[in-house]
Amino acid sequence: MTRRIVNGVPMPSWPMRIFKGLVLLVFCVAVIIPFVGVISTSVAPNQQINESGGLVLFPKSVNFGAYESLFAGGVVTRALVVSVFVTVVGTLLSLTVSCLLAYALARPGFSAGRPILLIVLFSMLFSPGIIPTYLVVKGAGLLDSLWALIVPTMVSAFNVIVLRAFFGNLPAEITESARIDGAGELKTFAFIVMPLSKAVLSVIGLFYAVAYWNAFFSALLYLNDSSKWPLQLVLRTYVINDTQLGSAELGTEMLPPQASIQMAILVISIVPILLVYPFLQRHFAKGVLTGAVKG
Amino acid sequence: MLQRTKSGAGSRLSLGQRLLRDRVLLLFALPGTLLILAFHYLPLLGNVIAFKDYQPFLGIGGSDWAGFGNFAVIFNGDPAFLRALKNTLILTALQSLIVFPAPILLALLLNSLFSERIKRVAQSILYLPHFMSWVIVVALFQQMLGGSGLLNNYLRSHDLATLNIIGNSELFHILLTSQIIWKDTGWATILFLAALSQIDSQLYEAASVDGASRMRQLWHVTLPGLRGIIILLFILRLGDSLTVGFEQIILQQAAVGREVSEVLDTYVYNNGILGGAWGIAAAVGLVKGIVGVVLVLAANKVAHIFGEQGVYSR
Repeated sequence: MTRRIVNGVPMPSWPMRIFKGLVLLVFCVAVIIPFVGVISTSVAPNQQINESGGLVLFPKSVNFGAYESLFAGGVVTRALVVSVFVTVVGTLLSLTVSCLLAYALARPGFSAGRPILLIVLFSMLFSPGIIPTYLVVKGAGLLDSLWALIVPTMVSAFNVIVLRAFFGNLPAEITESARIDGAGELKTFAFIVMPLSKAVLSVIGLFYAVAYWNAFFSALLYLNDSSKWPLQLVLRTYVINDTQLGSAELGTEMLPPQASIQMAILVISIVPILLVYPFLQRHFAKGVLTGAVKG
Repeated sequence: MLQRTKSGAGSRLSLGQRLLRDRVLLLFALPGTLLILAFHYLPLLGNVIAFKDYQPFLGIGGSDWAGFGNFAVIFNGDPAFLRALKNTLILTALQSLIVFPAPILLALLLNSLFSERIKRVAQSILYLPHFMSWVIVVALFQQMLGGSGLLNNYLRSHDLATLNIIGNSELFHILLTSQIIWKDTGWATILFLAALSQIDSQLYEAASVDGASRMRQLWHVTLPGLRGIIILLFILRLGDSLTVGFEQIILQQAAVGREVSEVLDTYVYNNGILGGAWGIAAAVGLVKGIVGVVLVLAANKVAHIFGEQGVYSR
């Protein structure tokens, strides 16, 4: 039997190719269907949702009523503001602190570089227990403060290692010539190194942003005050635990069916990730691999 | 300001002088280092409350020493602790046997595709769930498989018997496992695919000239090429082997009860932070952490014996 040879490897037989295609198709459909169902239901007309008894895959028409009531200024609007605040402020702080640390660690001849690098690396090998971490956060006076969602997770050792690898690979001539021209460390860092690092900054920034946006554990642990809840906690209470959202919580009289409200909350927490995803996807393979190989 | 000199000349300066020279870099490194020390290393010291009868209003210093009293719950086999341990070990086994190999198989499948385009489209789709929070994943599973979810609505509308999947304690461990597979299998292929792309294609050509079938090529070329990364990831996984998914479980604990859903991490949370048994919870957390570190060190040792590099070299 002769088969086409590609790269020295014979093409697989037809049944094998069909089998592989089917396996892959099943995997992909299993990933896509939930998202389609949730997005469709959130915009489906009320009557269709009631008839189907829950999720709708193909909405007959599009209706944004659920979103209007969620954005009317109630619980969800507040949670959205909290999540956006934590994500934006957290990401900016994380990036600044991580880049400064990684840059110092990447400078050859930095006298404290070795011990600090070891501190960073060892922190990846163990995770501090839940109880002692809680006590530290409590001791720092961060309980019931939005800063509890930011400060403890501000620096990720893994991201610092990836950034350090990137800074270390920048040609030394550039920083040296800046220094000869009289630029100090801060100037070199801010005006030479940062502009050259836009690609890695966007990847690491997005990693941090996704982590802040998705943070559930720290909010559950540290925030008792429900007016400070981020979206993830609202999602748990009103979607997973199925607590009814009434007009009091929504701040509006008009009440679409619970199913479409719940799905709209879910969509609100998914959409920002879907929006950055295509952008993220272009870069992350490289970002992750630098970290994995060099770290 | 002292001039930065090439290494060698720098060592003539005393430590104080070198630190003074590097003061700007020290300032750069300070905030990040302090945060890591405060939230990774300081809690290690906080583990001292495992040996104390900790009272929140007395503080760590003010609370009485309890010796190994808090560990008694572990060594005397408290039923609630044993239950958490049992569930943890079941989930650890499921995750090692099913969740760990899944991305290797998927990566082999993706790698064997001849169309780059299909491969790229499949990757973009399969990576996506990794970026969803556990809250979203659990909510999506409920919407798909729950009592009023898509699957059961479909069955109902076609007059078929409905399936009770969500909230069924018998299926809970399987449900957790399939959620992890759904969320992270695609993403985990990324490292294996990178390792696969490093394999020299001449090896395949040589094997093919020698008459090796595709299966023999897989066995003699592809799998040896993946060996290093598989061992590395497995050792790292061992360190976390008793961490079986706190967020995922705590979100679904109410639906199935603690009998099947309590694991070591939720035990620590429920008894310590919610129940106020700080010392006991910290003791359980400490033992769990120590077991993790010991497993990593032991696995690394075994890797060295087999001539692999492991996580760190000797």
